[in-house]
Amino acid sequence: MRASFVFSEVVTGLRRNVTMTIAMILTTAISLAMLGGGLLIAQTVDLTKERYLDDIEVSIFLTDDVSANDESCTEDPCAALRQSLEESDEVETVIYQSRDEAYESFQRIFEEQPELVELARPEALPASLRVRLVDPERADVITEEYEGEAGIAQIQDQGVFLERLIDGLNSFRNITLVGSLALLAAALLLIANMVQISAFTRRTEVGIMRLVGATRWYTQLPFLLEAMVAGVIGAILAAGSLVGLQLFVVDGVLAELREAGIISLPSLLYTVLIVAPVLLVSAMVISAVTGYVTLRMYVRH
Amino acid sequence: MIRIEDVTKVYKTSTRPALNNVSFEVDKGEFVFVIGPSGSGKSTFLRLLLREETPTKGKIYISNVDVAKMPRRKVPRLRQTIGCVFQDFRLLSNKTVFENVAFALEVIGKPAHTIRKVVPEVLELVGLDGKSDRMPNELSGGEQQRVAIARAFVNRPLMLLADEPTGNLDPDTSQDIMLLLERINRTGTTVLMATHDHSIVDSMRRRVVELEFGKVIRDDARGVYGVGN
Repeated sequence: MRASFVFSEVVTGLRRNVTMTIAMILTTAISLAMLGGGLLIAQTVDLTKERYLDDIEVSIFLTDDVSANDESCTEDPCAALRQSLEESDEVETVIYQSRDEAYESFQRIFEEQPELVELARPEALPASLRVRLVDPERADVITEEYEGEAGIAQIQDQGVFLERLIDGLNSFRNITLVGSLALLAAALLLIANMVQISAFTRRTEVGIMRLVGATRWYTQLPFLLEAMVAGVIGAILAAGSLVGLQLFVVDGVLAELREAGIISLPSLLYTVLIVAPVLLVSAMVISAVTGYVTLRMYVRH
Repeated sequence: MIRIEDVTKVYKTSTRPALNNVSFEVDKGEFVFVIGPSGSGKSTFLRLLLREETPTKGKIYISNVDVAKMPRRKVPRLRQTIGCVFQDFRLLSNKTVFENVAFALEVIGKPAHTIRKVVPEVLELVGLDGKSDRMPNELSGGEQQRVAIARAFVNRPLMLLADEPTGNLDPDTSQDIMLLLERINRTGTTVLMATHDHSIVDSMRRRVVELEFGKVIRDDARGVYGVGN
């Protein structure tokens, strides 16, 4: 196989159908960028979840009666509840927060709004059991089991807020992935079309090649490589724009959210080392397979 | 060299066979005209030799290998031993004379130094030395056909198939092309030429195989076109 020959064939082929090639490169680039975007959002979801799950608690707020009379959770129903929770397999730790402690923490949280602290009375705040779970995502098991029991006013699962955030991110990710799939289908058709046009414009060459006894490799490799080169250029553009987007847009816009610890973003390294290779390999596989199938279907050997 | 045994070829779209129980042999180094009206089966015969088609029935041996039974992956190697020339030259218009001839070697993976050596030799043989940098559209029809012959011959095939090679040329130019084919034949290459051209067949006095409705109706060792008509 003479590399220089195949190479020059590929270059001529790409230049000959330059509009088609550009259309295909752009479609591939955009669809792959969206795919990469989807991957990055998925990673954001994972990282954010991981970060939050460590801190998530289920708060069991006790009734006024218990809050007022049981300072250290030594009497029933509080003591019984606590024991039962501690014995549960789902539970990692249980911490009792008395009414006074709740008030202290309230004062701390609203330090900067003294008028609020002014208004609040310790009697308005309930005592609570702060439950940390082995698996923070199974909070509903606790809620179901203890809801309505004596001494319990309300059960609050912080995970619900996280879920809302995650749901938001997930639907954003799904939209991106669906969009990328639709565009990928378009890119696929463009690749098929490009290979067909390329094979058609070069039918005289291919005819002569077959006649003088060129092997299938020689006649078809230029077409495959053409599709693959265009696909790889598309992937590089896609990876480049993702990195750019991350550096100049996402990191800027979402910087506050990240610094406030509300969401955790994947690092640039993740984009370069994981997402970019995934895009590159997908582009090569997709264009090679599409090209090969097209040649099998439309070009007689 | 070539042995055709009871070959019948029926195309799916036609009820009448293109070739009907045809048998004959061609020895190494022979020059054979295949004549007959349009639709008599000449082109089908050439396509069968190239394994562009397979026979419906019968056997085709080239150098004692049954071409019809040959696995697909061996077909390129078969075609490397057969040169082809057509009425419409089939040159690549965006390549020079040199590049057109070199193309036939490049695509079968011959190294660059061989190409640089062999192409000028064959261009000289066909009388085109000094024109290697011309584009096909700067050449006359006869010159273009010479390029096509050079391309067919550059890999030194055992056999040259020529399908109406003079069909687009005036009589004088045709005569020159025939001289060239004769010269190639003298190097030991078997030449099979399908043609309608009476004067050429008559003047050459070579073996003539005449086809009509897919059957061999004449096989003369030193024939002319018109005998029997």
